[in-house]
Amino acid sequence: MATLELLGFGQNGWGALLLVATLMTLAVTATALLIGAVLGTVVATAKLSGNMLLVGLGNVYTTVFRGVPELLIIYLIYFGGSSAVTAVGQWLGYEGFLGLPSFAAGALAVGIISGSYQAEVYRGAYLAIAKGELEAASAIGMNRMLRLRRVVMPQVLRYAIPGLGNVWQLTLKDSALISVTGLAELMRTSQVAAGSTRQYFLFYIVGGVLYLLLTSFSDRLFNRAERRANRSMPAAAMGQA
Amino acid sequence: MPGVTRLSVRNIRKSFGDHEVLKGISLDAEDGDVISLLGASGSGKSTFLRCINLLETASDGEIFVDGEQIRMVKKNGQNRPESQKQVDHIRSELGMVFQSFNLWSHMTILQNVIEGPVHVLKRPKAECIAEAEALLEKVGIADKRHAYPAHLSGGQQQRAAIARALAMKPKVMLFDEPTSALDPELVGEVLRVMRALAEDGMTMLVVTHEMSFARNVSNRVVFMRQGVVDSSGAPDDMFGSGASPAFRQFIGHFGGEQ
Ligand SMILES: Nc1ncnc2c1ncn2[C@@H]1O[C@H](COP(=O)(O)OP(=O)(O)O)[C@@H](O)[C@H]1O
Repeated sequence: MATLELLGFGQNGWGALLLVATLMTLAVTATALLIGAVLGTVVATAKLSGNMLLVGLGNVYTTVFRGVPELLIIYLIYFGGSSAVTAVGQWLGYEGFLGLPSFAAGALAVGIISGSYQAEVYRGAYLAIAKGELEAASAIGMNRMLRLRRVVMPQVLRYAIPGLGNVWQLTLKDSALISVTGLAELMRTSQVAAGSTRQYFLFYIVGGVLYLLLTSFSDRLFNRAERRANRSMPAAAMGQA
Repeated sequence: MPGVTRLSVRNIRKSFGDHEVLKGISLDAEDGDVISLLGASGSGKSTFLRCINLLETASDGEIFVDGEQIRMVKKNGQNRPESQKQVDHIRSELGMVFQSFNLWSHMTILQNVIEGPVHVLKRPKAECIAEAEALLEKVGIADKRHAYPAHLSGGQQQRAAIARALAMKPKVMLFDEPTSALDPELVGEVLRVMRALAEDGMTMLVVTHEMSFARNVSNRVVFMRQGVVDSSGAPDDMFGSGASPAFRQFIGHFGGEQ
């Protein structure tokens, strides 16, 4: 079969499936990034709290989930979670295996890992805020919530953008591991296409190119966001103090 | 309203660990008073100023702002404010100007100035913008209102910081060495704004090393030494024959300028 036909959108083509798979990768990565944003914020807050117990728990989280192989976490959550659900099912009188939805389990697993990296990004961003600006917020009569909303959050976001760009790339690549749960994302679909057509070289290269397209496109988005956020930063030749 | 006491501080003490920095300081400011706080570095001037708006919590003593006492309680032997809400309210009535300006770097100058009135005082935005533009005009940086702080000179930033504090219509303005971080050629523009403010009748408490300001603009000079008020009085007396030996020695370091 001709290469073009294999990659096309015709009856024997894998084009449509690859397109859907690319969108699936995008969706599961975005979901994981959001889960990671919530977890990362909580963990960063714990680490900054000054409370010994919370700081300790935060350190355990970031050490464990950055140190253990990603694949192991995915197995743990998908298969571990599934057997837990199956056990509960049996207890309720249901016979047979109950699987976790692969999208949810995969996004959660990769989200937990992403959260450990995001926690460090947010913590660093918070520490980059000039203490005097926080003091000025208190001095003008802002309560804690208002100060958080008006001074802390916008600046954390501004300082976090470059780091978040890196975490996004990392999370995008980690999402390929979700293929072990059978989710038809880009990695899994490339595998299936390669296996069933025996055109391994072709489909893995196409898969790789699609991943590269995703990363370079998102790179551009993050760069634009960074430029926007930097409007308030000192220009090299201007300003002082 | 001369004769109205805007700020009254009684017997403030403050320790950092074992180190007692303020050993019982009292001070009253009536409406329109401009008080210069002088003293060698480390004598506790900044700490005293920061205790007034509770950026530091005094270990002991009483503070009244426009007649309202800041309620304090002892907890586990530590002095602390009874109500954070009252602290926030009192702070909104005290304008603070810092040595390092501390403008919010992610906001333009105009946004910095309307931030307090709009979000702390919850006043209508359009009104606040009009007032802010008038204030920026007054401190001479109206043309910079859409610039970010990092793109301004230190003198311009400090004038913006003064406008930000004034936008809250404070009862008292506190200045913590407002010109110490500035290049010498930028000091004058900030002092001119402060002088105009004094002439408008603003009640001001100014920690400074600018002897010309203390002498020519303020109506009272307080000289602090090792955590106590060594001496205080009208500038003419303090800088004239009435000076304490310690103050005489202190101003001697400034080379008898002016
Ligand atoms: N946060 C702090 N922790 C410990 N010591 C402090 C702190 N702030 C000020 N001090 C000490 O208090 C003393 C008075 O400082 P300060 O009020 O800044 O004096 P001044 O403004 O007259 O130079 C200094 O010895 C300083 O080291």
